[in-house]
Amino acid sequence: MEYAAHDETSFVRPAEVGEMELYHAKTWLGKYVFSQDAKTIAIQYAGTAIAIGMVALVLSWFMRLQLAWPNTFAFIDPAYYLQAVTMHGMIMVVYLLTALFLGGFGNYLIPLMVGARDMVFPWLNMISFWVYFTAVVLLAASFFVGGGSTGAGWTLYPPQAILPGTPGSEAGILLMLASLAVFIIGFTMGGLNYVVTILQARTRGMTLMRMPLTVWGIFVATILALFAFPALFVSAIMMSLDVLLGTSFFMPAIMTMGNEGSHVGGNPLLFQHLFWFFGHPEVYIVALPAFGIVSDLISIHARKNIFGYRMMVWAIVIIGALSFVVWAHHMYVSGMNPYFGFFFATTTLIIAVPTALKVYNWVLTLWRGNIHLTIPMLFSIAFLLFFINGGMTGLFLGNATVSMPLSDTLFVVAHFHMVMAVAPVMVVCGAIYHWYPKITGRWYHEGMARFHFWVTFVGSYLVFLPMHYLGIMGVPRRYFEITGTTFLPDSAQSVNASITIAALVVGFAQIVFLYNLITSAFNGKKAPGNPWNATTLEWQTETTPPGHGNFGKELPCVYRWAYDYSVPGVEDDFIPQNVPPRNAQA
Amino acid sequence: MFAAIVLLVLVLGTVVFHLLSPWYFTPIASNWSSMDSTVTLTFIVTGLAFVLVNIFIAYCLIKFRNKPERRAEYEPESIKMESWLTILTTVGIAAMLAPGLLIWKDVVTPPDDSMNLEVLARQWNWSYRLPGEDGKLGAVAVSHTTADNPLGIDPSDPFGQDDIIVYDPVLHLKVDQPVTFLLRSTDVLHNFTVPQFRVKMDFVPGQVSYIWAEPQKEGSYDLLCEELCGVGHYAMRGRVIVDSEEAYASLASRSTHLR
Repeated sequence: MEYAAHDETSFVRPAEVGEMELYHAKTWLGKYVFSQDAKTIAIQYAGTAIAIGMVALVLSWFMRLQLAWPNTFAFIDPAYYLQAVTMHGMIMVVYLLTALFLGGFGNYLIPLMVGARDMVFPWLNMISFWVYFTAVVLLAASFFVGGGSTGAGWTLYPPQAILPGTPGSEAGILLMLASLAVFIIGFTMGGLNYVVTILQARTRGMTLMRMPLTVWGIFVATILALFAFPALFVSAIMMSLDVLLGTSFFMPAIMTMGNEGSHVGGNPLLFQHLFWFFGHPEVYIVALPAFGIVSDLISIHARKNIFGYRMMVWAIVIIGALSFVVWAHHMYVSGMNPYFGFFFATTTLIIAVPTALKVYNWVLTLWRGNIHLTIPMLFSIAFLLFFINGGMTGLFLGNATVSMPLSDTLFVVAHFHMVMAVAPVMVVCGAIYHWYPKITGRWYHEGMARFHFWVTFVGSYLVFLPMHYLGIMGVPRRYFEITGTTFLPDSAQSVNASITIAALVVGFAQIVFLYNLITSAFNGKKAPGNPWNATTLEWQTETTPPGHGNFGKELPCVYRWAYDYSVPGVEDDFIPQNVPPRNAQA
Repeated sequence: MFAAIVLLVLVLGTVVFHLLSPWYFTPIASNWSSMDSTVTLTFIVTGLAFVLVNIFIAYCLIKFRNKPERRAEYEPESIKMESWLTILTTVGIAAMLAPGLLIWKDVVTPPDDSMNLEVLARQWNWSYRLPGEDGKLGAVAVSHTTADNPLGIDPSDPFGQDDIIVYDPVLHLKVDQPVTFLLRSTDVLHNFTVPQFRVKMDFVPGQVSYIWAEPQKEGSYDLLCEELCGVGHYAMRGRVIVDSEEAYASLASRSTHLR
């Protein structure tokens, strides 16, 4: 029994920072619009992210309609199709998932879970959201400018991104680059805030190795983002200069539309290296918070400590570090020096070891647990299925040789949707249901939630599993239509049609989800302060939803790790982190 | 219980779908069957792990589901078990990585007897350039491009003067003759993919990239661009015809271009 190792609490460190002075808004505008309360900012972030995410969801329907029934929908032409592909991808990855995990869950949970009154820089936090909001507005504006939004693919590869022949190569691409730059400025403000809050504003007794894994995941993801986003920032600036000032960072001497272009000497591969130096850590910027949150959901709803907490923390840190040396596995067939393949295939497959270990520990947490199949637990199980599936196909694509027949096909699309779209979205849904009673003080509608779960779980699997096989057959990605080949059987089209039907149904279920979230906030049953019998500090607040300043007169003092579930010799099956050792025996 | 059953149905359904559905690789027509073997190997290793872990989850969902009298075990960690799992995973991953790296060495090294030919991709069509009797391709540059010289062949380079240029999107290859495709683009990124050959590579303007294959089965194959290159991307198709030695020789003799 290693119980003692996690409960040595004879000494409690004094608070590193005193009680912080909070800004108390005097006006309605200051309280709800330019709020400096992390919880309000979290909801602003989440609302904006989900709103623009719904736009991206609808764009995916247009794509799917075209792929299932080509030449049926007059409004979808090749240019429109590529614009939908591009905006869907960029919105989902950056403006929805990154913003929702870090800006949404990060803002709500970090101060509450580490026992702080608020983020350490509340004013900066407020600005951070409004800068993000501006980035979303710029992005949305690109739908309405002449030539439309960019259709260069979410990877925005030059030269085509800025040349005629690609949709949106006039204003669309510039607005996209500007929006990304603004997003990164806003994110940097928020990100520094999260890191400093976690390092400096933890309450007494909250050592780093007592933090819930949710905070660890968000913490390491934020650090990754602070290192990775600058690479995207400079590439956005450099590409803008290539367009506006005629520099040649990414532009070699080329012919365009029958004439010799004005650029000379640039290198398109430079952009790809910069992009993926950001782009691969970005996968983990989305995945690590999901890893952290799902660890807590599984532990709480299985009434059992997370198995191998220390290993889980170190796995997050190691995955985060390794994620910076695997980027060129996106470029095996890019025309870079192919000898790089040896290095990047090796690093990529090494990263699978700590990742697999995390999966084992989630599964071993279920072992001999007391599993409550609540909605958050169901979504966690769904996450495991999608993540394991997507992780396995990652071993195909990370291994240079194995990836070659599969790269640039729908296999890649299916893989990354499994692993970094559906899997994290399962965690997002589970997490929203899990913390909903705390955020609103009310219960969601259980029936609608179960409907939402089952349709999303089974439906998403039916969307993305067959898609792998289209890729294996050789269907390329980003193709408006693929008729007239000699290697594809006619039945491929029926696979496409079934995928589209499943996708439309899954999309509909998300509308039920949002309807549930909005109406239950007003009409839901009143929820108690700690309905899941959880140990972490956000469930121990005096009021629910927590008021401005989070905790009562005094900040909680932490005596134990976040996973004291079903401790032997204690009657309750959980001991909150702020319960002193002498009070735990009952 | 219900959740565990659905999970099992999805997981076992995945295996059945994989084994019984008609949708898999199109038959191979090149020397890269070793690449297909690595795919099969990876399917076996990852498939086993996928099924085992998910069956374990389903088992836990049934066996340890909440009952009034149930209480979870308190077990913070087991370094021993975690170490064993780490070692086992590392072995599995090494088993997939090692053959991958060995074959990658073949991918990046064209054989000595391979024939060089240039594929030129432009929005949104294909042309080809084969060396003439001197066996060498002449130098090219975008700055030499004119209406009469669309490929930008350097007029001062003697090697380029006898190069054979094919403007047709159809490329003829000789069976069992290894070919190194030198990939050149004069506008944007493109990609050279013949699904039956398995290998593929991007074109990058400003440089020449390469990929090699040995066509081993006569036939007519689709050539696709698989790197987004603008609105015409999906329609940028070509054709590669692998001829028998005799057919290739007669083709070369009667064609004005293919001497």
